Amino acid sequence: MGRYWRTLRRFWSTALAVQLEYQANVLIELLAVAMSLSGSLFLLSLFYGPDQTLGGWSWAQALMVQGLYTVFDGMASTWLRPNLGAIVTHVREGTLDFVLLKPIDSQFWLSLRTLSPAGLPEIGLGLGLLAWGSLQAGVVLTIPSLCIVLVMLLAGGLILYSLWFLIAATSIWFVKTWNATEVLRALLASGRYPLNAYPPALRVLFTFVLPVAFLTTIPAKVLLDSAGTPMLLAGLGLAVVFFAAARSFWLFALRFYTSASS
Amino acid sequence: MIQVDGLNKIYRVAEKQPGFAGTLRHFVRRRTRDVMAVQDVSFSIEPGEMVGFLGANGAGKTTTLKMLCGLIHPSGGRVEVAGFSPQRRQADFLRRITLVMGQKQQLLWDLPPMDSLRVNAAVYGIPEAVAQRRIRDLADLLELGEELSRPVRKLSLGQRMKAELLAALLHEPEVLFLDEPTLGLDVNAQARVRQFLAEYNRRTGATVLLTSHYMADITALCPRVLLIHQGRLFHDGPLEGLAEQLAPEREVRLELESPGEPEALAGFGRIERMEGCEVRLLVPRDQLTEVVAQLLERFPVRDLDVTDPPIEELIGGLFRQGRV
Repeated sequence: MGRYWRTLRRFWSTALAVQLEYQANVLIELLAVAMSLSGSLFLLSLFYGPDQTLGGWSWAQALMVQGLYTVFDGMASTWLRPNLGAIVTHVREGTLDFVLLKPIDSQFWLSLRTLSPAGLPEIGLGLGLLAWGSLQAGVVLTIPSLCIVLVMLLAGGLILYSLWFLIAATSIWFVKTWNATEVLRALLASGRYPLNAYPPALRVLFTFVLPVAFLTTIPAKVLLDSAGTPMLLAGLGLAVVFFAAARSFWLFALRFYTSASS
Repeated sequence: MIQVDGLNKIYRVAEKQPGFAGTLRHFVRRRTRDVMAVQDVSFSIEPGEMVGFLGANGAGKTTTLKMLCGLIHPSGGRVEVAGFSPQRRQADFLRRITLVMGQKQQLLWDLPPMDSLRVNAAVYGIPEAVAQRRIRDLADLLELGEELSRPVRKLSLGQRMKAELLAALLHEPEVLFLDEPTLGLDVNAQARVRQFLAEYNRRTGATVLLTSHYMADITALCPRVLLIHQGRLFHDGPLEGLAEQLAPEREVRLELESPGEPEALAGFGRIERMEGCEVRLLVPRDQLTEVVAQLLERFPVRDLDVTDPPIEELIGGLFRQGRV
């Protein structure tokens, strides 16, 4: 375990060093985040007049959902895209061989090799928006409710990671994952509005098939006390199931890779 | 150290006719064909040996190498390396081997090699102080200095390859698999890499299996050679004899002041190609000095270069002549 921890520290310190090689990039990404967030807030505000609601969600409540979405989007830019996006390149250029020959778990390496700190402010912004929305919506923030938020964020992160990793792992067969991850990102974007804003058919899809609802709407509901512990547990259970699926699919894909690659 | 018995690898490849119609047909009814990449290959390598692995492109060298380090599962036969079955890729096995690929790199492009080396030290669980000492020792041997703290993208190909070797050897593997480690390097850099490998082998007693396109690599390093052709092992033995057998002639490239006359040149060797002022002649090894002296005397030579023909051509020639 100590070795994995030391490796992780090395991974991230080198990742940071790479980022700092390109100073301008960091600034540009920060700017892009600020623009994108203000853009989506503006869009959201168009749905709301004074005293109006969207599918039963008030402006403040919708801001909570938007905040949660921003946190996950930040997670995607900081952690998921840089790492899982590189899997395709590893397969295409054959450098996956180097990863597979290291005495360390290959999924660990591929999932945590790098970090893009430019996404961190987005996570911060998202958390701020969530807190602000919660206060406006009259949520009483207590230690237990903060713990619940944390658990839901972790579960949501794990679900998102697992989905993304599943798609990235298919690159072993298709080499080019035809921007499938972009489709996933678009789906994630559907989580920026409360679930009730969508037609019933899509609601079912977002809850059970591609559980975007568990990333944003349901955590917000849990905070607002309109969905209780069962939903929290369902989210956790789903996270475990998805992670197990991603893990076993990776092991299966590797069996295929090692018997077919040249 | 390495034991290979009746090794086979079959690839299933899809056959597709060119053009749109072919694509459609391929989509509806996929026809596949089995390709024997490696057939019934057996050999064994003792600890500390340096063995050259020769063969044309597509002969099955890389496939065999990858089966030996566990990247590809064999379709049949038995492989044992350092007492392990490679395909299980146990951590203890991976700590004992290394793979260097001339056309692929593991170093981080944007960072100095030192950063990649630190990552490798952590991955292999090498204590900091030990890693520092090994890096120093290997860097001395490789004549690497401040290059280790310059971003990889700013290094020359030769420097990069040396840094790659350092990264691949940091965990002191017992078995080295080297796939074209000198690919694309200039003559000096090639020689330095060769010197290093010989010295490393002498100091550590590591077992080395090396493939190369350059005959000089093999002659300088490997007393024993495995020759593979179309997936089959054709020769396993000392290099002596094989070198002359493989390359009884050397290639002389001439650039003349004015277009040469084929008749005038024919007496000096076999004319491979003749295009205007440029001539490629194949000259028997034992007559080389004499022929070169005469060429310089008789013809207005602007430039002259003597090389070994590429291994590909040599081996191709060998098989055409049915000498193997």
